[in-house]
Amino acid sequence: MKLLGLNEKDTRFLLIVVALTLFTPIILQPFAEDSGLAQFNAGYPDLMQRFAIFGIFAIGFNILFGLTGYLSFGHAAFLGVGSYSTVWMFKLLNYNVMPGLVLAIITSGIFALLIGYISLRRSGIYFSILTLAFAQMSFNLAYSVLTPLTNGETGLQVYTSDPQILLGEGGLTTTHFFGIPMNLSWQPEVLGRLYTFNFGYYFCAVIAIAAFYLSLRIFRSPFGLMLRAIKTNQTRLNYTGLNSRPYTLAAFVISGMYAGLAGGLLASMDPLAGAERMQWTASGEVVLMTILGGAGTMMGPVLGAGFIKYFENIFSKINSSILHAWFSALPDGLEDFIVAIIYPFVGKGWHLTLGGLFMLVVIFLPGGLVEGGQRIAALVRRMRGGKSGDDADRQSKAASTAAE
Amino acid sequence: MDAILLQILNGLDKGSAYALIALGLTLIFGTLGVVNFAHGAIFMIGAFTAVTLSKILSFSFVTLSETEKNFLGNPLEVKTPYVVHWFGESAGLGIIDWAVPLAILFSIPIMLLVGFIMERGLIKHFYHRPHADQILVTFGLAIVLQEIIKAFFGANPIPTGAPEAFRGSFDFGVWIGYAENAIIYPYWRLVYFAFAALVIGAVFSFLQFTTFGMVVRAGMADRETVGLLGINIDKRFTIMFGVAAAVAGLAGVMYAPINSPNYHMGMDFLVLSFVVVVVGGMGSLPGAVLAGFLLGILESFASMNLFKTILPGIDQIIIYLVAIAILLTRPRGLLGRKGVMEE
Repeated sequence: MKLLGLNEKDTRFLLIVVALTLFTPIILQPFAEDSGLAQFNAGYPDLMQRFAIFGIFAIGFNILFGLTGYLSFGHAAFLGVGSYSTVWMFKLLNYNVMPGLVLAIITSGIFALLIGYISLRRSGIYFSILTLAFAQMSFNLAYSVLTPLTNGETGLQVYTSDPQILLGEGGLTTTHFFGIPMNLSWQPEVLGRLYTFNFGYYFCAVIAIAAFYLSLRIFRSPFGLMLRAIKTNQTRLNYTGLNSRPYTLAAFVISGMYAGLAGGLLASMDPLAGAERMQWTASGEVVLMTILGGAGTMMGPVLGAGFIKYFENIFSKINSSILHAWFSALPDGLEDFIVAIIYPFVGKGWHLTLGGLFMLVVIFLPGGLVEGGQRIAALVRRMRGGKSGDDADRQSKAASTAAE
Repeated sequence: MDAILLQILNGLDKGSAYALIALGLTLIFGTLGVVNFAHGAIFMIGAFTAVTLSKILSFSFVTLSETEKNFLGNPLEVKTPYVVHWFGESAGLGIIDWAVPLAILFSIPIMLLVGFIMERGLIKHFYHRPHADQILVTFGLAIVLQEIIKAFFGANPIPTGAPEAFRGSFDFGVWIGYAENAIIYPYWRLVYFAFAALVIGAVFSFLQFTTFGMVVRAGMADRETVGLLGINIDKRFTIMFGVAAAVAGLAGVMYAPINSPNYHMGMDFLVLSFVVVVVGGMGSLPGAVLAGFLLGILESFASMNLFKTILPGIDQIIIYLVAIAILLTRPRGLLGRKGVMEE
């Protein structure tokens, strides 16, 4: 089966992604409400929206880093620009998210063009530092002199005194998509599990699928091939008489627009925009997501984004009383001992786990979670069948090309 | 004139910190060719050795006072630090007061050890991996170190005072023939600058005037040839990593009284220090020091009202602007060697 200009394997891959995305509210709610494991349920709208939004952000970042190898440490600037643009559209027009998202993509595209044009004159570590410098500059300016535009430390938000010329009498006062509010939810209860089908999530999810499809097309296109060539050996590419800068710039602008779209969506779900979204730690986060999942692969960044956001929200809620409840069956001294060991790694200390995990991935698993999955799959195949290891390896490679 | 001098002086303390951290970064990059994003974390650990020492020194035991009573009529609980008990009133309190300078002595072995462990345990395995991988793994390490410190010391800044003798400010202008109250300058910042100059001088003379330093410099110029001559250059580079960590750690120890240490101070300084290294020239030690002081002073000039009214916000972005201009026009930096990392 072939769809939308994709080959058979990619079509299957895309359909799996679509199915997973559409059934997320069900998949992420595997535990009954009254069971002790209910806190591991992630099927609530706020978190699911974040999965989709940061998935878009990481997919976009991957188009730059995964394909060309240019490590940008300033992508959060575009996220912030997107958020600010969208909130400004709420302030000027009304709460319909469409104009805001369009403006977010346009402004972040322009920003990316400017920053990329300058930063891409250098490569390697200089490129990383240039993008970092631009992002920190935007962050500092947003906090200080640009306060009329960004509302400084308070963060940009919509006030009743704002013009909102399209709002009219009795217009919706929450964000909506042509009249359908983002917080519209349908909550059926099946088998003791409360499922939440939220319009905001599905809105983000549809956009995320479109973004994923677009990036799949880019990966498979001659343009994507050119970007891979830049990563492999830029010098040799230049010696063939080809100017590679327009290609890298295009990749930079595209990934900047993805980031702007993600920022716009963040503001669409919660009409607020703060400068901290532009700080370099936020740029570091998208780097973490992409590497953790697997840079250069299609699924990796999405997995990484989901992984980090899940642990950020679920892991960080585990406190010492919950830990004590889990290990209450153990003898007292042992219980306290185990809790004391685990406690620094969960709850408020979950960043420690994240940092350690990230280091392990960079050291042992440069291909991220996707490579880990492939290795496990190869191992399982080798253990099961009587095939020789080489043969199994080749098979797993063939099976995994779709995921790359 | 005195206004200009004041801004230069104001820039010196931040400039010293930039210069020291950038010096360490450049030592690591110049010797091992590794881009170390965890260097800011080392600076922070240095600051926290000062915090830890001042806490250890003020460990107290509680006795019940025989004469005084609290408002409930019970005997008042008096806390006596152990050092006061051991060394007597004046010497004990003096030791507690001088915790930060004392921490210098303790931090040198600690930071050397931290450096050795980092290099042998982690960075050794990244020499032949791309710069992007080095950035990523040290970035991960920085997060881990930061979170460990946060787990032990909490998220709030911990005020750590300078010794009583160096608290407050003095009239620096009078010393050099200006009118009274023209240039008021805090003591500790002058101490910090003098200390930084001392450390920088020590590092340079170590490299310049000892055989060890000569070998290291030769290794920086051509590692392979030095190795072929039968010299174990890797071992010396590991020691240099420790030295670089000690330099950053010392910068952190002495910075504790200027800004109360918190767990993310390293990250805040790291970004700027990288900018400093790039402006000075990757791999150039004098460049790192020069650029550190220049950018520190430039930052303090940009925060003058005179410039702020013409260009609002310039103080926030001046360093980045300079870095962007330098990178685009002279990619090897102010004093960088030709051909070193110019792409």
